[in-house]
Amino acid sequence: MTKLLFNFLIFPGFLFTIVLGFASCWIDRKVTARIQWRVGPPWYQPLMDIIKLSIKEITIPRTASKELFFFSPMIGLSAVTLVSILVWLPNIDPVSKGFSGDIIVVAYLLTLPAIAIILGASASGNPLASLGASREIKMVMAYELPFILSLIVPIIKSHGLLRLSDIINYQVLNGSFAASFSGMIAFIVMIFCMQAKLGLVPFDASEAETEIMGGVFIEYSGMLLAIFKLTKAMLMVVLPLFLITLFWQGFNFLSLWKYAILLVIIILIRNTNPRVRIDQAVRFFWGKMTLLAILAILLAIKGM
Amino acid sequence: MSLRLKALTKSIWVYHLSTGSCNNCDIEIIDMLTPRFDAERFGITLVGSVRHADAILVTGSLNLKAVPRIKQVYAQAAKPCVIIAIGTCSCGQGIFKNGPNCPNPVDSVLPVDIYIPGCPPKPEAMIAGIVKLIEKLNGKK
Repeated sequence: MTKLLFNFLIFPGFLFTIVLGFASCWIDRKVTARIQWRVGPPWYQPLMDIIKLSIKEITIPRTASKELFFFSPMIGLSAVTLVSILVWLPNIDPVSKGFSGDIIVVAYLLTLPAIAIILGASASGNPLASLGASREIKMVMAYELPFILSLIVPIIKSHGLLRLSDIINYQVLNGSFAASFSGMIAFIVMIFCMQAKLGLVPFDASEAETEIMGGVFIEYSGMLLAIFKLTKAMLMVVLPLFLITLFWQGFNFLSLWKYAILLVIIILIRNTNPRVRIDQAVRFFWGKMTLLAILAILLAIKGM
Repeated sequence: MSLRLKALTKSIWVYHLSTGSCNNCDIEIIDMLTPRFDAERFGITLVGSVRHADAILVTGSLNLKAVPRIKQVYAQAAKPCVIIAIGTCSCGQGIFKNGPNCPNPVDSVLPVDIYIPGCPPKPEAMIAGIVKLIEKLNGKK
């Protein structure tokens, strides 16, 4: 019980993922700044943002549905914390085996932050926030289809294993899935879905600051906004690690370079693309990405 | 207490509020946030919503229609929130001092913390003003 709480709150769970998330947020902002020939913020900037937000006043609009507005950030944060412990433990702790079907639980829980954002934005009673929420709904519908389709590929390739630790062991014995043809296609599809799940630049139409003024977060302030920022920072750690677990033999602390490579890919996509309109994003995910994912599944069934 | 103050001064999110200016100060504010001056080194970023703001940059001679609106915007901001008056019009009333439609100076409506005069002030002047504001906050509290 104590070990479980420790796992959940401190070591691979909440606190550790937040520290890594702050580091990767800072790397993201710093590299972006260097690309634009700026100096960029100091290393403690994400921490300072969170501390500052948490000591500021929480404003709740009069037209808002108060309970939902207040509790929806917590839904997102607790979902990401659960995902973090489910993804970390099979990788770094050889004793922990997880349970059969945890890959499905992770896939469900990874949708919850977006649902929390949609709930909170619709509860805030702001027209721009509801616009952002409708865009977020469309975005979720767009990227979930190729995401789930390419999630099937490692399951097919490992002959029906539904447990993350089993998938890692299979890859350690038989080579990583990303090295095969179908695995590589599914991995690329997953990287684009990850960008959309993180809400970063080509797919950030729901919180477009220059267009709908923060969109879904427009009415949030203080601690509640800080919780949303924390959720995004933790997703930035959890999603790449989930991809590495599925396609790239898992990781331990010696192979954090895999995480660094995925982070660089995220930053590069973010800095070299303009924001796409929501219809372009839906067409991209339901068109090219879904076709690629189906192709990957067919190849995986063929055994390639 | 010092961590609180450090967090507040190291991560200033600014919100840009025009109260009927000629757009010159607004252009200079955008210039201040460009890569050449790189305000993000000090944690200063422009936010779209006043709920996220730590500092409100007020520009323009406050005309009659804007008075209730900027009161509403200030009431919506999450406190603590400082107000920075940018440009001659919002510091004094500039050339609109005897104008019939701008009778109220900005500081008669909002508690202005620092004045940055100029028509328009240069980005360097704004950065110097914000540095003085941070010094004032650090010395006072």
